Amino acid sequence: MTARYRFALAVAAASLLGGGCATQQSAVRVRPWERSVLADEMMDPGRDPLGGAMLEHVYFSREASSGGRGVGGSGCGCN
Amino acid sequence: MVTLRRILALAAALSLCRAAPAQVALGDPFPALPSAGLSGSLPDTSGKVVLVDFWASWCAPCKASFPAYSRIQADYAAKGLVIVAVSVDDSPAAFAAFVTKMRPGFATVHDGSHKLVAQVQVPTMPTSYLIDRTGKVRFMHAGFRGSETEREIRKELDQLLAAGGSP
Repeated sequence: MTARYRFALAVAAASLLGGGCATQQSAVRVRPWERSVLADEMMDPGRDPLGGAMLEHVYFSREASSGGRGVGGSGCGCN
Repeated sequence: MVTLRRILALAAALSLCRAAPAQVALGDPFPALPSAGLSGSLPDTSGKVVLVDFWASWCAPCKASFPAYSRIQADYAAKGLVIVAVSVDDSPAAFAAFVTKMRPGFATVHDGSHKLVAQVQVPTMPTSYLIDRTGKVRFMHAGFRGSETEREIRKELDQLLAAGGSP
């Protein structure tokens, strides 16, 4: 690695640490006061027990992934 | 050489980006409410101890905090306390419906543009700030935990209001 590359990498690292990191964090992070949509009942995946049970059955019988939703043991994909 | 230029261009772009503002911390002066672009009528806070509470209609602990703040306002208003509850609801209708339903005994204003809350950078919802008579943040409560938080705020208010100054 030449001295010029080392210098460029050092400048990039300094930018990331000095301001870029904070900017990237603020760009992707949903702030506490912006969570109105997330607080909506529609965003709760467990709001419909019947729908959840049907989805569980699909995972179990079609996707061969029994256990992937919190059930212990391995799945054979039977049924 | 191309890679070198790319690295330098990335570094330049990142350094130009604006960093997120810092949270308002204990001891900091709280931003001036009259110039914060809030909608609703602000009470006179000059020379008073002010409790600024950030809330939203979709936030369950905020709803639980309103009766407590009404009690606190009733008990401490004569001693020089003013409570200003700042809604961060996106919708003015949601803000108005919540206030109509809860009928709080303190001032409520709407920060629809999120200008003030972004300046303060609240860590969670709700968050309240106790501001002394000189405008500095003396205590902060992130979240509301029922009677425990109410008891702490009353203790802090006793301390702040005993510090002197006319109500």
